[in-house]
Amino acid sequence: MINENLEPMLHNNSATLRSNLKVRSASQNFWFSIMWLAGLITLVVLLLVLGYVIVQGGKAVNWEFLTTAPRGGLSGEGGISTTLGTTVYLVIITLLIATPLGVGAAIYLIEYAGEQGLTSPIMRVLISITNFAVETLAGIPSIIFGLFGYALFVSTLRFGWSLLSASLAGACLVLPTVIRTTEEALLTVPDDYRRGSLALGATKWQTLYKVVLPAGLPGIITGIILSVGRIISETAVFFVTLGGSHRLPTSIMEGGRTLALHLYYLAMDTNAFDKAMGTGAVLVILIILINLTINIISSKLTAKVRGG
Amino acid sequence: MSGRMIADKTVKYVLFVNAILSIVIVLAIAFFIFRESIQAWTEIGFSDIVFKSVWRPGQDQYGILAMIVGSVAVTFGAIVLGVPLAIGSAIFLGEIAPKGVQSLLRPAVQLLGGIPSVVYGLFGMVVLVPLLRRINVPGNSGYGLLAASIVLAVMILPTITSVAEDAIRAVPDSYRSGSLALGATRWQTITQVVIPAGKSGIVAAIILGVGRALGETMAMIMVIGNSVIFPQPLTANPLTLFLSQARTLTGNIAVEISYATGVHESALFATGVVLFALIIIVNVSARWLINRQSAITTTRQG
Repeated sequence: MINENLEPMLHNNSATLRSNLKVRSASQNFWFSIMWLAGLITLVVLLLVLGYVIVQGGKAVNWEFLTTAPRGGLSGEGGISTTLGTTVYLVIITLLIATPLGVGAAIYLIEYAGEQGLTSPIMRVLISITNFAVETLAGIPSIIFGLFGYALFVSTLRFGWSLLSASLAGACLVLPTVIRTTEEALLTVPDDYRRGSLALGATKWQTLYKVVLPAGLPGIITGIILSVGRIISETAVFFVTLGGSHRLPTSIMEGGRTLALHLYYLAMDTNAFDKAMGTGAVLVILIILINLTINIISSKLTAKVRGG
Repeated sequence: MSGRMIADKTVKYVLFVNAILSIVIVLAIAFFIFRESIQAWTEIGFSDIVFKSVWRPGQDQYGILAMIVGSVAVTFGAIVLGVPLAIGSAIFLGEIAPKGVQSLLRPAVQLLGGIPSVVYGLFGMVVLVPLLRRINVPGNSGYGLLAASIVLAVMILPTITSVAEDAIRAVPDSYRSGSLALGATRWQTITQVVIPAGKSGIVAAIILGVGRALGETMAMIMVIGNSVIFPQPLTANPLTLFLSQARTLTGNIAVEISYATGVHESALFATGVVLFALIIIVNVSARWLINRQSAITTTRQG
């Protein structure tokens, strides 16, 4: 009797359950396809932009384009040789300023700040303000760095529109990138390394210099390469600090234009869209190479950490 | 012995100076931009700068309201277009995509974030603007808020996607197992468990995207048209608002700073102060949300 009553009920229940599961799976399939679509659109956008710039811009790029100086003025004629040179100068000078400052700051924040914070509350506050300042710097838009560089380096200190003003402003811009990536690199160095070295009688600085920094070097280099990419891509800061002359600067007190700035001037002031696109293709290829290098270094790093 | 110790101490102090340099730079930026803007605040006045929308440096009119609205409108457009795509990609990367697809898409997102903004601007000028110009509305030049919003949406996509994916990955696996064990589907687990748990981080990702959008300069100058007009619909259809040209706060600074002098120059620094204030508010709230997120995940785990 009981069984007969229960049987259809059970049957009913599992039927609703089953149909409920069907609805839920259908909904899942629907939404999963939407998410796949989102991922696909992102990929397509990238390929579209890269493909267009490289294919269209590639037409203008040849040996002559790379090795001839731009004529300047409104014609847009000539190549990009001096802008390549200026870009290289700017990258080197900016990193000469930013790397020691950023790496030094990161070493302090990771290797010293902990013990300092334990002993003194003032240091603890100072260190948390420092972290907040690094976050803030990372979020400040580049045109604000430009304005700052214009007010301090170009006007107040009278460096004028020059490589010096631009690289000082650029160094402020990439500083948080160098600090954060170096911090991450130092955090991956196992504490055993430090203890081993200290136990052998090395001082803290000897330990850092001979053991910790070499171990963290690939990560630090990744940060520096990342900064190279930022400087090459950056326009707003240099638009207001570097002047914009199409000639190659002969001293640190002279201005110039980077590849990215050259693209901007071509696109806005001339009708030479083909040359602008060619400059864009060169820029994009540089950025792809930089990204590839970073990915190779970091995948090697991951393999090493997992292996150890 | 003592030589080593002295070296050790010296290094420590030198490194300490390096560390607090970031504080010095932030303060110096705030100080110099504010100092240069004082002339504008005193001679023109706060309300005539912030609440008036006529910008005619030749006639000593320096209202930046039209540009505040321009910046906000283009940011809004970029968020509407970019956020669904970015969050979708983040969920896809964090929860759905097979390993192989992940290892293709993640570097792609990274690369998208590395492309120089002038390249996006040029792509906008050469490809997007001519397409939009075909929309048959009187006064439509193709340049304007819509073109700028589309370009900007692509530019903030990588920031939002990677920060949101981090937030999604930070949700402990035990949450997912628990939900799946109760019979929920993977999609139900994502919407009812993972996203609510990672909510603060995801919101922070969007806010960081807002910050990037407000701060973008060169690409905006290239596609937005730069006329200082209060954005308004071109026809009776309110949607044509987005075909209107505009100028952003950032564009105003970059376009005019190289030749401005006196009060005009000071007014551009005042524009920078307003932008700086907006960005600080946006970033501090994002930071607060991210910290709250990590506090939540750690306490729950412990």
